[in-house]
Amino acid sequence: MQERCAPDVLVAGGGVAALSAALAARRAGASVLLAEQAPEALRGGNVRHARNLRIMHEAPSRLFPDSYGEAEFLNDLRQAGGGFCDEALARLFVRRSADLPQWLEDHGVAFQLPAAGALPYSRKTAFLLGGGMAMLNALYRAARKMGVRIAYDCEVTTLHPDGSAEMTSAGRPVTVASRAAIACSGGYQANRAWLKQDFGDAAENFVIRGTSFADGGLLRSLLDGGAAPSGTPGACHLVAVDARSPPFDGGVVSRADGFRFGVVVDRNGDRFHEEDDWSGPNRYSAWGREVAARPGQIAFLVLDASGVERAPPSIFPAIVAESLAEMAGLLGVDPENFIRNVTGSGRVKNSPFHAFPIRPGVTFTCCGLKVDKAAHIVTKGGDPSPALFAAGLIMAPNLLGAGYLAGVALTIGAVFGVIAGEGAARHARA
Amino acid sequence: MPELESPQQTSEETRQEARRALVLCNVCDYCSGYCETFVAAGRRRAFTDNDLTYLANLCHNCRACFHACQYAPPHPFAINLPKVLAELRQQSYRELAWPRPLAGAGWAALPMAAAAPLLAALILPRDVLLAPHRGPGAFYEVTPLPLLVATAGVIGIWSAVSLTIALIRFWKKTGGGAPKAMLRAVPGALSDILSLRNLDGGGHGCNDVDDSFSRLRRWLHHALFYGFLCCLASTASADAYHHLLGRVAPYPLTSLPVLLGAIGGVGIVVGCVGLAFLKALADPRPNAATTQADGAALLASLFVVAASGLALLAFRETAAMGLLLTMHLGATFGFLASLPYGKFVHGPFRAAALLRAVMERQTPPVSPIR
Repeated sequence: MQERCAPDVLVAGGGVAALSAALAARRAGASVLLAEQAPEALRGGNVRHARNLRIMHEAPSRLFPDSYGEAEFLNDLRQAGGGFCDEALARLFVRRSADLPQWLEDHGVAFQLPAAGALPYSRKTAFLLGGGMAMLNALYRAARKMGVRIAYDCEVTTLHPDGSAEMTSAGRPVTVASRAAIACSGGYQANRAWLKQDFGDAAENFVIRGTSFADGGLLRSLLDGGAAPSGTPGACHLVAVDARSPPFDGGVVSRADGFRFGVVVDRNGDRFHEEDDWSGPNRYSAWGREVAARPGQIAFLVLDASGVERAPPSIFPAIVAESLAEMAGLLGVDPENFIRNVTGSGRVKNSPFHAFPIRPGVTFTCCGLKVDKAAHIVTKGGDPSPALFAAGLIMAPNLLGAGYLAGVALTIGAVFGVIAGEGAARHARA
Repeated sequence: MPELESPQQTSEETRQEARRALVLCNVCDYCSGYCETFVAAGRRRAFTDNDLTYLANLCHNCRACFHACQYAPPHPFAINLPKVLAELRQQSYRELAWPRPLAGAGWAALPMAAAAPLLAALILPRDVLLAPHRGPGAFYEVTPLPLLVATAGVIGIWSAVSLTIALIRFWKKTGGGAPKAMLRAVPGALSDILSLRNLDGGGHGCNDVDDSFSRLRRWLHHALFYGFLCCLASTASADAYHHLLGRVAPYPLTSLPVLLGAIGGVGIVVGCVGLAFLKALADPRPNAATTQADGAALLASLFVVAASGLALLAFRETAAMGLLLTMHLGATFGFLASLPYGKFVHGPFRAAALLRAVMERQTPPVSPIR
C-alpha cells in the first residue's frame, strides 16, 4: 500500500547539512519533511562523532584567538583539494562560513569557549560544547519547535527531477509529492560492496568509523539517474584505528596513536615506514593510508615499557608480553623476522612489551555529486537541476577532492545546507 | 522503568565500569567544557579507587555528558558516566560513614515526625497537649526546655562528630593536603560551592529533564540550600534571643528567628517539591536505580522538617500547637540524627571535592598528558 505526503521541501538525511537545510527552508516559509534513515537513537550520521567547525574570521573573538582570513582558508582548501577544488564554490563557502557560528547559536547550538581553559589551542576551528551529539540535540529541538516534520527510519531512495521523491518508511514505500528536494545523505563509506568495487577485497578489512547508515543508496541512484560526479572516484579518507574497534561508529576514541613512541610492523614482521616521520595532526590519516597498503590491511604498534608510558592512553588494553618472542606468538607474526626488525630498530628495548593491532578506518568517501553555487545538483550534461539540491558530505568532494581539513566537514554541511534550504524553499514556493 | 534493572554489581565491578568510562572520556575529551569532573579526570591517566571516590563526588549529576555522548547506549560501548558515578558516590557515603553499621539509615525524620506526637500523647495529659498555650514560654509548657536542650545537644554533638569523622576519612582517602594549599583554595571552592558553578554546563545550564538545557535544578537547589542556611540562622538567632536578650519563645512574627525560619522553610519546601518533580519527570536512563531511595529520603526528610515548622508557625496559637510542635521537634531530631548516614553527606563530600579541585587547578601539572 502506498502512502502519500506533500511537503514543499523534502530533506533526505539527518546530519548537520540536513538540519541546516530543513531549518533554512522552514524559516523561508516552506513546509519541510526531514527523512532520516536512522532510528532516533542513532540519528545524525557522522556528525555524532564531530567536534569542531572551521570558520573564517578576520579578528579574534570569544570563539577564536587571532585571525583566519579568507585568503588563508582558501589556500588551505586548495592544498587539501589537490587540484579538485572548485574555486568559485570555495570562495562562496569560505565567506559564508564567517556568519555560521552566529546562525548556529541562534538555533541553540553551544560552543566551548577557549577562555574557559579546557581546550587545545585552535586558531582555525570553533569547538562545539559537548561535541556533535550536543549540536544535533539542539538542532533537532530547534527544527521540531519550528514545525519541521521529522521522520526517522525513513530512507529516501529516488529523487525525481521535479523535486518529488520515493522513500521507504519503516520498510513501506511512500511517494513524497515534494516540490523541491535536498540530498544530505553523506558518502557511501558504510556500503561494503561499493567499497570493494573501489578497493577490492582489502575493503573487507576496513573499519567504518562513523554511522552504519551511510550506504550511499541515494548517491548511487542520483549518479545512475544522470547526476554529474565530483571528487575522486575510488578514494576515501582513511585513519589508523585500533583493530578491535566496533565495525561502525567507533569515532574519535578508536583512533590509534603513539606511533612515534614505538615501532610499527606489518603481519610479516616488517617495518614499512619511519615512525618519527609524522607527528602533526596528519599522522592519523598518514598511518591509515600506510596500513591500508599492507598485506591483510593490518599492522602492529609495539611499545616498550617506557614507550607505553609516553604514548597517549588508549581505550583498548595493550597486548602485553615479557619477551619479543612471546609477543610474536601473541600477534601471529613470524618470530625471527619480527624480533630482528624490532630489535634492529633500536626503538623498543625494555620489557614488558606492549602492542596494539591497527587497521585502516574509513571516515568518509571522496566521490560525490557535482553542485553549482546555489547547491543545485548538476547533470552530466552540465545543467543545474532546478528542484534538486545537495549539501554536506555528498557534495563535499567539490571542495575537498580526496583531501580533508580538520573541522571542514561540519562547515560544508551547515553552509551548503542553508544555501540549499533557502534555494529549495524559493523554488518550491515560486 | 524495567530497562534500568541491571544485576546488582559488586563495588569492584562498579569501580571497573567507572574506570572503563573515564579512560574513554579522557581519550574523547568532548565534554571537557561541561564541568570540573572532566577537567579533573583529564589530569589522571589511570584511576585508583581513591581517584574514583574523588571524581564521583565532584560530579554534580547534571547529565549533560550523557545526552552529549555518542557512546551512550545503544552504542556498544554503552557509556553512562552519570549513572556509574552516582553509584560510586553512594558507595562512598556508605564506606566512609562512622559508625559504619548505621550507614544507609537516612529515613529517621519521617518515623520520628509520627512517633514524637504519639509519644507526647501517651505521656502528656490531654489538657496540656491539646490546649492552646500563648505568650512567652508557651512551647516549653508542652516540651520542657531542659529536655529540648539535652536532646538537641546529645544528638547534635553525636551527628557532628560522626559527620566530621566521615569527612576526614573522605579527605584523607582522596589525598589529604597541606594546610597552606587548602587555605589558598578556600575562596575558589567557596565560590564553586555557593554558586553551583558545575551545574552551569559551560554556560547553558544542565539537562534536568531531557537533552534541553535548563537552570531550574540549579535554582531549586539554591532555594533548598539557602533555605537550609536560613533555618540554621533562625535557630542560632533564637538561641541569642534566649541567652543574650533574655527573651523567651515564641517570638513575634517580625522577629529575626521567625522571619529567617519562615523564609528558610518556604525555600526548603519549594526546593524539595521542585526537585522531586524534576526527578519524576527526568529521563530515567542516566539515573542509578540504586541511589533513588536515598535521594528521596533526604528530600522527604527536609520537606517534613520544613513543612511541620511552617505549620507550627501558622497554628501556634491554636490547640494544634502541641501536636505540631512535637511533630516538628521529632522530625528535626530524627533528621539531625540521621544526617551522617544518608544522602545529606553529599554536601560535605561535594564541598571537599570542590576544594580539592581548586587545589589541583592551583598546582601546575607534573607531566601533562596532552
